[in-house]
Amino acid sequence: MLRFLETLDRRWIFLAMGLAVSIPILLELRFPEKSGSLTDAAFKAINELPKGSRVLLSFDFDPASEPELGPMATSFVRHCALRGYKMYFISLWPFGPPMIVEKIGEVLTKDFPNLKPGVDFVDLGFQAGNEAIMTQAKSDFKKTFPRDTSGIAVDQIPMMAEIRTTRDFAAIIMVSAGYPGGKEWIQYVITPERGRAVPLRAVVGCTGVQMPQLIPYYPGQLDGMIGAIKGAAEYETLVNALANTGDAMAVTPPKYLEAVRRMGPQLFAHVLMVSLIVLGNVIYFAGRRRGATA
Amino acid sequence: MKRLVPLWIASIAGITVIVSNFIPVALGMSDLVTQMFQVLAAVAYVLGAASIAKVHLGKLSAKRPGWGYSIVVLGCFAITLFAGLLKIGALPADRAPYLPYSGKYDSEGSVVWWIYEYAISPITSTMFAMLAFYVASAAFRAFRAKNVEAILLLGTAFIILLGRTAAGAYLTGWFPDEIGGLKLENLSLYIMLVFNTAGNRAIIIGIALGVAATSLRILLQIDRSYLGSGE
Repeated sequence: MLRFLETLDRRWIFLAMGLAVSIPILLELRFPEKSGSLTDAAFKAINELPKGSRVLLSFDFDPASEPELGPMATSFVRHCALRGYKMYFISLWPFGPPMIVEKIGEVLTKDFPNLKPGVDFVDLGFQAGNEAIMTQAKSDFKKTFPRDTSGIAVDQIPMMAEIRTTRDFAAIIMVSAGYPGGKEWIQYVITPERGRAVPLRAVVGCTGVQMPQLIPYYPGQLDGMIGAIKGAAEYETLVNALANTGDAMAVTPPKYLEAVRRMGPQLFAHVLMVSLIVLGNVIYFAGRRRGATA
Repeated sequence: MKRLVPLWIASIAGITVIVSNFIPVALGMSDLVTQMFQVLAAVAYVLGAASIAKVHLGKLSAKRPGWGYSIVVLGCFAITLFAGLLKIGALPADRAPYLPYSGKYDSEGSVVWWIYEYAISPITSTMFAMLAFYVASAAFRAFRAKNVEAILLLGTAFIILLGRTAAGAYLTGWFPDEIGGLKLENLSLYIMLVFNTAGNRAIIIGIALGVAATSLRILLQIDRSYLGSGE
């Protein structure tokens, strides 16, 4: 048995991982989520803004990180729409704009038909230049994003009339998968704005890999953080509770349960990883003991 | 002269951006420098594209191992470039119904949209998803509790892996409130907020000091290594 395990073909491990991920998806297993302090802080920071607040949403991610960041982006947009904020969508990643289009279609167009483009939300699309775009937006936002994605000049968009620089936003929500992303926004835009009389609120939603790099900025520069799919599931649960307030019979559409659904495969995959590490060590030490006694 | 001009451009641009943070009048100059950077960034895209084409054309003409993949790269590159530069739309635009493909180039059904939806999106998602399989295999073969450091690393990994799922709640959710801090979800958060933050802040501060020192050396023209001279 030990010999078999020592020379275990890695394709068995691939099969085990495939089953660990696919079984909870096929059986639609869902587990309850209790929010942690970081998610609570993020929800509170967004929820406490007054109605009509201007919120900048920077979608700096691509299809590779969509499974991890997509559900939290959906929840951010829904939360802002539920609270009646004005949403300004931008992206510093070339593949970010389709993510914005997807979330606008999925959430705003379908469930908030009363919200009008150019009045309640605007898609300003992608700009190349990384940190340079951030610093330029800090001094002249309209020059940095001169048109929306449909080609309309920002001077002709009603909700852009009150925007001159990033100082005119009440909050910035970053959905970040790497560079440029949350860290650069914090360094170039958020930190200088935290000293003003009414500080710029900042919330980041990031991948699990980015969490350790961004946590040091909480709570000084960040008001809250949604970390990976676990954070997304916690935040989704809070937003769903807000949406269903006063309606005990409300049924949440499946698209607003995506993060909770994706926690099922994560649970099984993590348990399998822990089991594999333990098993690997058992084999290693058993092999060493056998070698020592031989 | 060939070296002097870039050195002075770097110095003046850097000092302008720094000064604009203290003197609002210089903000316009800083914006100008930022716009110049954006132009340079756009040129870098062209250079990058030219470099890819050069490398793969060279590989193809010399028939080096794997030259077949170069055909795929160059083919995809040419199709995407063609569709993007010509802005081929999906349907006729409202203002020109007699012109096919004159609609918005990034609208649903266009060539660029098709490439994104059916090539880039599934390929990148698949690449990322495959990580789970390789990490599982590596975990089985490489994570060994050989010494104290490795045991600490493994212990931390277990707490984070289980604490970031419902397993944490199932395993330790029954702990009484007096020892609630030992629940796996609380422990994983504690590790992130305390141990990780302490280590990462030290690294961030160290990097910031290093960047400041290196920037000063570049602005004062002491460090010229970015010119590729090796000085």
